[in-house]
Amino acid sequence: MAWTAGLVALLFVTVVVSATIGPVEIAALDVVRAVLDELVVPVGATVDAGSVAVGPLGSVPYPSPTMEYRPLFGLDVADTTRTIVVNIRLPRILLGAIVGFALASAGTVMQGFFRNPLADPSIIGVSSGAAVGAVATITIPGFAVVDLRLAAFVGALVTAFGVYAMATEGGRTPVATLLLAGVAVQTFLGAVISYLLLQAGDSLEEAVYWLMGHLHYSTWDHVVFALPVALFGFALLAVYTRDLNVLLLGEEDAHYLGIEVERTKRILLAVSSLITAAAVAVSGVIGFVGLVVPHIMRLLVGPDHRILLPTSAVAGAAFLVAADTLARSGAAELPVGIVTAAIGAPFFLFLLLRREVNGL
Amino acid sequence: MTRGSIEIEEVSVSFEDVPVLSEVSARAEAGQLVGLVGPNGSGKTTLLRTISGTLAPDSGQVRVDGDDVHALSSKAASQRIAVVPQDTSISFSFDVRQIVGMGRTAHRGRFEATTDEDHAAVEAALERTATQQFAERSIDAISGGERQRVLLARAIAQETPALLLDEPTASLDVNHQIETLQLVRSLVDDGTAAVAAIHDLDLAARYCDSLVLLSEGEVVATGSPESVLTESTISTTFDVRSVVGTEPVTGTASVRALEDRDPPRGRRVHVLGSGTDASRVIAALDGAGYDLSLGPVPAGDTAVSAARSLGSETVVTPPLSTPSAEELRTATERARTASAAVLVTSEHGVDPAVVRDVLEDAEPLVIVQADPSEEPRSDGIENQDVRTTGPETVVDAVTAVLTDADASETAPSDPEYDDESRNETDATVPGSGEQ
Repeated sequence: MAWTAGLVALLFVTVVVSATIGPVEIAALDVVRAVLDELVVPVGATVDAGSVAVGPLGSVPYPSPTMEYRPLFGLDVADTTRTIVVNIRLPRILLGAIVGFALASAGTVMQGFFRNPLADPSIIGVSSGAAVGAVATITIPGFAVVDLRLAAFVGALVTAFGVYAMATEGGRTPVATLLLAGVAVQTFLGAVISYLLLQAGDSLEEAVYWLMGHLHYSTWDHVVFALPVALFGFALLAVYTRDLNVLLLGEEDAHYLGIEVERTKRILLAVSSLITAAAVAVSGVIGFVGLVVPHIMRLLVGPDHRILLPTSAVAGAAFLVAADTLARSGAAELPVGIVTAAIGAPFFLFLLLRREVNGL
Repeated sequence: MTRGSIEIEEVSVSFEDVPVLSEVSARAEAGQLVGLVGPNGSGKTTLLRTISGTLAPDSGQVRVDGDDVHALSSKAASQRIAVVPQDTSISFSFDVRQIVGMGRTAHRGRFEATTDEDHAAVEAALERTATQQFAERSIDAISGGERQRVLLARAIAQETPALLLDEPTASLDVNHQIETLQLVRSLVDDGTAAVAAIHDLDLAARYCDSLVLLSEGEVVATGSPESVLTESTISTTFDVRSVVGTEPVTGTASVRALEDRDPPRGRRVHVLGSGTDASRVIAALDGAGYDLSLGPVPAGDTAVSAARSLGSETVVTPPLSTPSAEELRTATERARTASAAVLVTSEHGVDPAVVRDVLEDAEPLVIVQADPSEEPRSDGIENQDVRTTGPETVVDAVTAVLTDADASETAPSDPEYDDESRNETDATVPGSGEQ
């Protein structure tokens, strides 16, 4: 509990500090004021008589309610500050937090699910599927009408389901088969992506940029798309943390202790794939958050998923916000995927060399 | 603890058309510990996995407290049966209390927090298994014996009327084997119905109320340990010769597997003695490849059954009577013509008068007594070539005296023995030749 509270506080500090950094320096206090000023309370509602034209039938009347809001605090914030903080930096920061939150949650669950420290959120091909969807809309001219986010999201889910279906026989899904099917499908989709890139022509740069993972074009739309999926998925996973603990003892033991093993595996797999798909769809393939953050948190708080899952999720959010701040504060902006991998890999090696991951 | 019963009714299981269990039936009532014994691959673990509900049988039924296990949800089944698995590789370092707490999984709803009842069950299980002293330690930082106790504590915390154990003593030191089984025994005495696969036959006989002997997926014998563990059932299922005696301390059945014999040396050793001490000497000498003869011993003595099961010639006298002149003559002749004789002394051993008669001309002679450093219990024997030894070293002693005798055979003739003629006689004795 103390860990979770501490990490939530850290996340808030990271968000605020991140919002102060950029081409225009903004004081932390102004950031807080700008955000607080956006908070509104409903003060009333009026209902107008609206009408809609329905072809030859003429217009059909319907009631059109309008809520009235009043700023909660009514603070005095400069318009430019407000625009920079609320419309430019905040969506990107929040999206980073959501993506980090989702990837770290899914990574924690996958590592527990597979009882394998090398598992990451994309282990059953979610990222590859998303990448095929995204790259196809970027590089194939006819596909451009499809929304990139939607294509990536659907590609991810189709791949995850396909891998699951291939690894399942007679109602049972052996974890080892799932792992191997995931690797094989990822390899195959890797070939598809390479071929699409080869044919990409002018859109190659955009496709590669997407593949590297970035938060550059973040808007409130992205936030509205990813936030509900991440929160809903996290809430479902949180309900299953005790089952996940028991699953770590092995499937047969879990069965002896009263877990419906196959059903639990299905739910965990589906939900973590769903939130990974949502994260990848809005940000591209950002590596290492889902692999390394759960490891670090396991070293700090132990293996109990009731604590590990929320702490990993919040730490993942803080980590990605910090990494993205670094990515955009240089002279030229880097895709955040490069930053996470460049920081994450050496840190992981450091832990490995200190033999601290042996207990996993 | 709740009372329960496990009923296994004509259960058949096959893996990919290969039958692993065929129509196995057995039952354990509340307060009974039933041992599954049998060689590796006989289906013990498969049967346990079927009882626990992990494997669905092709036909037949397993009922716990009257409920068909395979019709229950995993949670409902886990409220009835707890399993202590053979080997759990726990790859993430939970502490012991967390592991034991997982035993409460089946008692909690998904949204329920840990209740006082859960806490009490976990603490009671930790205390009962004496694991609370390392309750905060990580499961991968304790020894194998401690880990086994933790898994038992987890099963106890599950508070089920039925308990299954898969080789609970495998890979444990002797002290931990006894500790673990005593703990299981005390749970069973409190009313749990338990089925345990145990490969150590002596431990199975000592702690189980009844045994089920499996071989190639079928029940070969079932019933009390004494009735299940016999030389013939063991030789057919385990494919090994054995002696089943009585463990002197616990009084339960004790199985001793015997080595395949060396090529027969055509050397016969005559044994005089009774009871388990003599049985062990007989088994040891047989294992070393000697032919044996025995007697006189009263009918019903354990030494008689040991010797007979090894196909040895035995001079038997009716119980509670002195040997007849005929019996004495036969025994004396067997002792005289043997390559060596062994006298097994014990508290209520053979009548000294009989000993003197039978062993009068038996040389070399080895006297086995519990404490060889004590004055030999010669019982008035006046033989020349006598060696005293302990029960554990009887084979070495017999081999040594025979080697000495062989050496003196090639040495300048010694009027005291005539080994050559004795060996010649040996060869003509029925039952002592090649086997």
